[in-house]
Amino acid sequence: MSEEITPELFTHLVELAALELTAEEAEYLRKQLNNQLKAIHELQAIPLDPQTPAASHGVSYPPAASPALREDEILRHPNPARLLRTAPEVADGYIVVPEIPHQDLK
Amino acid sequence: MEFFELSAQEIARKVRAREVTALEVLESHLAHIAKVDGSPGRVGGDPQAEPDKIHAFITLTADRARKQAAAIDAQIAAGQDAGPLAGVPITVKDIFTVEDTPSTAASKILANFIAPYTATAVDRLEAAGAIVLGKVNLDEFTFGSSNESSAFQPAPRNPWNTDHVPGGSSGGSAAAVAAFEGAISLGTDTAGSIRLPAAYCGVVGLKPTYGRVSRYGLIAFGSSLDCPGPLSRTVADSALALQVMAGADPHDSTAANLPVPDYLAEMEKGVRGLKIGLSPDYFRITYMDSNGSLTEQPLPAAILQKVYDAAERLAAQGAEIVEGIAMPHTKFGIPAYFVISRVEAASNLHRYDGVKYGYRSPERSGDLRSLYRKSRAEGFGAQPKLRILMGMYVSAAQYSEQYYNRALKIRSLIRQDFDQAFTQVDALLTPSTPSPAFRMGGVFGDSVLMQYADQLLVTGNHAGVPGISLPAGLDEAGLPLGIHFFAPDYREDTLFRLGYAYEQATAAEAWRKVKPAL
Repeated sequence: MSEEITPELFTHLVELAALELTAEEAEYLRKQLNNQLKAIHELQAIPLDPQTPAASHGVSYPPAASPALREDEILRHPNPARLLRTAPEVADGYIVVPEIPHQDLK
Repeated sequence: MEFFELSAQEIARKVRAREVTALEVLESHLAHIAKVDGSPGRVGGDPQAEPDKIHAFITLTADRARKQAAAIDAQIAAGQDAGPLAGVPITVKDIFTVEDTPSTAASKILANFIAPYTATAVDRLEAAGAIVLGKVNLDEFTFGSSNESSAFQPAPRNPWNTDHVPGGSSGGSAAAVAAFEGAISLGTDTAGSIRLPAAYCGVVGLKPTYGRVSRYGLIAFGSSLDCPGPLSRTVADSALALQVMAGADPHDSTAANLPVPDYLAEMEKGVRGLKIGLSPDYFRITYMDSNGSLTEQPLPAAILQKVYDAAERLAAQGAEIVEGIAMPHTKFGIPAYFVISRVEAASNLHRYDGVKYGYRSPERSGDLRSLYRKSRAEGFGAQPKLRILMGMYVSAAQYSEQYYNRALKIRSLIRQDFDQAFTQVDALLTPSTPSPAFRMGGVFGDSVLMQYADQLLVTGNHAGVPGISLPAGLDEAGLPLGIHFFAPDYREDTLFRLGYAYEQATAAEAWRKVKPAL
């Protein structure tokens, strides 16, 4: 079987994934992706009834088992400064980032 | 017998009865850890360092633990109830947040992350009196079955033979429990990540029903599959841990709002009248051979023999064995998982961007998008990158019908296998894994073969049903083998009944007396 993830498609995926890879990493990862897809193709062998539902969960959640919805209310965090401490770069209570790609409006 | 060798149940009883203080129990554990664990995993650490040590830990929080133990002792001195886990030292897989401690997911991208809050499961264990010794190692973001992918090296080793892997992804948890570094460890199971390392390390591993235990504070991998659960040396300790962790949580809308049974009482009810199914579909394995073709073959006889032996022992206690239960979609569990888990992982991993928390690339040239790319490129190891790429591919608009939607439909069929089986039986008895623990370096790097180690367990994650892996003896090389039970939704009580009965029925076996040579 020809490779499903070609180098061109792979480069596109890497861009979408917001990653950068060394040549060595790219070669390894592309090979692993194609190997995994061979396993995934087993799924094509199963005859599927068009009525088969898509299951996004295994366990069903009847109303009796579902938690009641919470009130939609604002809860103030007791210590926002503490949350900000986890950010890599902060100034004056703001998170600092490099220039955001943009176009100046005329 | 040293305190560190006691079960959680025994420790709590002794501490509550003032036969020993929580601090004495803790110091016994800390001294033992200092002797057997070796250097903790760290980013850039040497994978080959101290190859005869266990290396379960990433972060040992001894001072925090001493404060907790002193508080338990003060409560008991004041005549207060210190909880059902009073003074029990436990470890926590480093995929859960614990306030004010590093919570790394064994990834460079979270190596500097100090959690500002504590996960519900940890919170409830601590509220019940447990003492957290620290955070234990895992595969990076839980992505693996061996722990070798951890960014924190050296990775954990199997206490029964340190040339072998402990399994994964809760490998630090399983190794710690097997090596007497804490009576209980809190792990997570997305495709077998509690039960596989439990089998490899000869301990009890429980994956509860999806939604039985809150996921709040669990760093997410596959949000529709992830289940927190305990690893322990006895079935009673597993029941005790689930007892305090289970139940609804306002912070997790998928945590089921259902009453929690008295698991310890249920556990002792025996197996008379329980119907236990055996399925031929769990007695063979599928794997990809060196030519890239999927091959099917029967499981090793030594593993099947453990399953039949368990069936006979339980039948002798009054259980009814029902053979020939059809589970025809079992072999599609891994291919469907390759799709579903990757889509969920890719979605969950987009939050790591070098901005809000975690690793940020020091490279200063370029704009915000360049910062994202560089931080993710430098912070993630190979497995997260692989999973992001696969997840994006199989869910892309032009491919999702062929891959993602198809996998979700096959998930329905896997669930139907269980629904159908549980109209006939109360539980299914299966092997835990197709092999004992493999050698370090034996599989690592081959992401397909590594994933197939989970093939007898992953169906439970697709279906959401609970499963328990139990130690069932040693193979001729002295490595542990496991047996496993599945039960219907929220029937962990049935798993504990079966597990406890099997434990009692094998209590006199010679292998029960053998401990890892540490």
